[in-house]
Amino acid sequence: MKPLHELTVQEVHEGYRNHTFTCVQLVQHFLDRIKKYNPRLNIYLALNEHALEQAAAVDREIVEKGIDRELLGIPLAIKDNFLTTGLTTTASSYILKGFMPQYDSTVTEKLLAAGAIFLGKTNMDSFAHGSSTETSDFGPTLNPWNPKHLPGGSSGGSAAAIAAQLATAALGSETAGSIRQPAAWVGITGFKPTYGRSSRYGVIAMASSTDSPGPLARTVADAALITQVIAGQDVKDATTSPLPVENYLGSLNKPDLQGLKIALVKEYLLPEMRSDVKELILAAADKLRSLGATVEEISLMDPQYAIGVYTVVQRSEVSSNLSRFDGIRFGHDRSAFGQETKRRIMLGTYTLSAGYYDAFYKKAQAVRTKIIEEFAEVFKTYDAVIGAVSPGPALPIGATKDQPMFGEMEDILVEASSIAGLTSAGIPCGFVDGLPIGLQITCDQFQEEKALMIADCYQQNTSFNLFPDLDQTL
Amino acid sequence: MKITPLIGLEVHLELETKSKMFCGCPADHFGKKPNTQTCPVCLGLPGALPVPNKKAIESCLQIGLALQCSINTISKFDRKQYFYPDLAKGYQISQYDEPFCSDGFLFLDSGKKIGIERVHLEEDTGKLQHKTLNGQKVTLVDYNRGGVPLVEIVSRPDLSSSAEAKEFLKKIHEIIRALGVSSVDLEKGQMRLEPTVNLCLENEIGSHYTPLVEIKNINSFNFASQAIEFEITRQAEEFSQTGIEKSSTNKTTRGYDAVKKNTFLQRSKEEAKDYRYFPEPDIPPFIIDAGYVEKLRQKLPLLPDQEIANLEKLGIDKKDAKILVSSNNQVALQTIKDYSTNSIVDIQKLASLIVNGKINSDQNLIEQYDKLTKIGTTDRTELTKVVREVLATHPGLVAEYQGGKASLAGFFVGQAMKATRGTADPQTLASLVADLLS
Amino acid sequence: MQKVIVTPAEVEKIAKLANLPLSSQETAMFADQFSATVNVINQLNEVDTASVPATYQVTGLSNVTREDLVDTSRILSQEVALREAELTHDGFFVVSRVIDTDTTESVI
Repeated sequence: MKPLHELTVQEVHEGYRNHTFTCVQLVQHFLDRIKKYNPRLNIYLALNEHALEQAAAVDREIVEKGIDRELLGIPLAIKDNFLTTGLTTTASSYILKGFMPQYDSTVTEKLLAAGAIFLGKTNMDSFAHGSSTETSDFGPTLNPWNPKHLPGGSSGGSAAAIAAQLATAALGSETAGSIRQPAAWVGITGFKPTYGRSSRYGVIAMASSTDSPGPLARTVADAALITQVIAGQDVKDATTSPLPVENYLGSLNKPDLQGLKIALVKEYLLPEMRSDVKELILAAADKLRSLGATVEEISLMDPQYAIGVYTVVQRSEVSSNLSRFDGIRFGHDRSAFGQETKRRIMLGTYTLSAGYYDAFYKKAQAVRTKIIEEFAEVFKTYDAVIGAVSPGPALPIGATKDQPMFGEMEDILVEASSIAGLTSAGIPCGFVDGLPIGLQITCDQFQEEKALMIADCYQQNTSFNLFPDLDQTL
Repeated sequence: MKITPLIGLEVHLELETKSKMFCGCPADHFGKKPNTQTCPVCLGLPGALPVPNKKAIESCLQIGLALQCSINTISKFDRKQYFYPDLAKGYQISQYDEPFCSDGFLFLDSGKKIGIERVHLEEDTGKLQHKTLNGQKVTLVDYNRGGVPLVEIVSRPDLSSSAEAKEFLKKIHEIIRALGVSSVDLEKGQMRLEPTVNLCLENEIGSHYTPLVEIKNINSFNFASQAIEFEITRQAEEFSQTGIEKSSTNKTTRGYDAVKKNTFLQRSKEEAKDYRYFPEPDIPPFIIDAGYVEKLRQKLPLLPDQEIANLEKLGIDKKDAKILVSSNNQVALQTIKDYSTNSIVDIQKLASLIVNGKINSDQNLIEQYDKLTKIGTTDRTELTKVVREVLATHPGLVAEYQGGKASLAGFFVGQAMKATRGTADPQTLASLVADLLS
Repeated sequence: MQKVIVTPAEVEKIAKLANLPLSSQETAMFADQFSATVNVINQLNEVDTASVPATYQVTGLSNVTREDLVDTSRILSQEVALREAELTHDGFFVVSRVIDTDTTESVI
């Protein structure tokens, strides 16, 4: 039998059904591992003191009713920007140290209603401002493959939780790369649903027009299941889609990709990209071809421009979203904001201020339209767009120091798809220097089924889905 | 030197919806214990999101229609950003460049047309109270009012006197009440007024404009009128001394002191506020089609000016008509309507009696009318003429009566009543008939 | 494209607008970093957007509203509403005095 921490959601449920182990045993197993490895890795900021009680209740439910809730007894790691009553929610910032939310986010409520157990809240870039988890006010999370390196961000804690196998699955959010990039840097599966597919109610807002809650998991199947649970219209979030949620799990396990047309973006093979990374991407394209898809090179707008758009839009929106942190009704006063956060608020204030609004915000949103139109054109012919998630493997600790545009530069390959609100799967496609490299499979809005299907087929036909032996790597 | 005051009015109205503008908290906040009607949305907690109140939007559109505005096909909410403790999110969700309604007007009784620049929707702030606690000066904040829907009406600076301003405010007040979207109780702060005043001074050389002054903290029409009066005088004097003219950066804000009956500088001049408006990303825009607007227009209740016109058509004196509509006495207005085709009741007289307070709405209006009007016409000399005429018209019936058919007396009285349009006292008539036929 | 320089004075102005307390060290540092960032953003001017409208939302949704109903499930009790605040008094949130006058007016 596989060690408990190596099981997927389906395997856990099988174990419960066959009475191979109980939920209490599974949760205790994770708590023991967390106790052992978390002090070094700094993945969890807060742990659920009631996890074992809740696990016991799950065991009773399994006896009485069997497993009729999709995530019954599944231990999850939750990124610390989701409001969870009973667990502190800090967005990895001093300004919210000790904050106990007075309400729950829609998405975490749904996960609990599906029977999940929260093991704890995971570390992130402070207020999601970054692509490294190094901007956390509570110290960086370390990359389970190599503790001298960063796990990526902003959902670095949640991604590392999966790579370090300290939870069965995890919840994160993506504003521009924040799910896919850490998934790529730690070599696991991350999935970004279409903007508006899952509710933002109760998620500490970063960029209101791109934030998308989504899963980080061991496999595409697990990611599909979690997405299934959290997706759907929410009356409390006016930007969620009324479209019905499809059967994501049902679209998986396709034997091949016959008939699919996939575009490999030329510009995403950056001039400064290492040749060994490029090779992995080209190999991935070949793999998709061998599975029956047609893969062609196409040209898109220089991703440099997406950096500009994202920088302006994100900072403008976040500077406004953080205005409510004034220390009056909750949290501490504004001097408790970290440097990166202050920097972003300032720049966002600047880009929206009188005299600059047209030159920056409005201009950025116009370029955004061009990016959207370009993708729309591409998706008329192609089912998906692929490329690397990140310019290179996980960077070393300290790489973000004094780099005001670090996040944006690292996310150069994923910003465009986030700005356009598209859906995208990030899955491992190889290793360089002992560190994982991730592939993105990006589809048009509300084509989650397609993205997951392609990612799943690729994953099942490759062997890059690996997990580090922490006793070796740490 | 010819001095023309240029007065614009900004009016904020609290809508009486059941729930707040962007969340389901109760909107009725007056007198409630502090911070007992808040939720994550209106308390500005992290992660909370706004969802607009349909009824509030409809009410705003109705107000716009009542003020002859165009309803914009595309509109949206925007964030107006500034820091103040009563503003939980650090921004107010309001409307900036694409409001729901624009370009309307209102006629004053003189026939002068006052332009309405826009009518838009926004959310109210919480309430502040200043106190000293343990020797420290503090401000207490209550967010119950935060998020209540506010409609903002902005007039063009077409008003030229305090009297016109007062009339304008009264008309707005009546229209809103007729629409039933707010009680507009000024004492409860349901209608807030902000005049902006400056002067145009013309001489042979040319025109000069004094700097704009916005006056805040006014909660009655009389105070508004007084504040405007004071400002007009003050600005004329200030200009004669300093000659400073209006520029894009010298608009000031003054408060009104009801006791001293003057205005005082409220904020020392600082840079023009930079609200950093941008489209509210959490709320999709609105596309309002003409068909929907038409339906709303048809559902509009009768507005004051129309009601007045209708009453005038019934022959009622304009002055009486205005008072009746202004009094909002629905019983009286309905009674007048009911009896407008009744030939016995004199509508003009009825209206006049109501307006002069001779009839009150506590009791049946027509009963009171009967009593009053009949007492008024027991003039025997007058009525004798009427009865004689009736009898002369029916010689045959008179003969029958005199032959013993006593019941015909009722017929003669009835005819005489008709001839006096119901204003005669039936008993007087009866006695006259009896006398004349005896 | 001329390089943009953001001065410490401008940074101070923005800090005030953003209600952020900054030390003079931070102000100088931000001025440098801003200038670098602004130069990156200015690259956007290389893209021709003459005939292109701005996109503020990618959902394509419109006319999203809720019925005018009271939602008791979300109302916070006074205790819970005040629970996470540092300073409260008799049911109110407390801040140090904001303005010198004794009026209860708001900026609106």
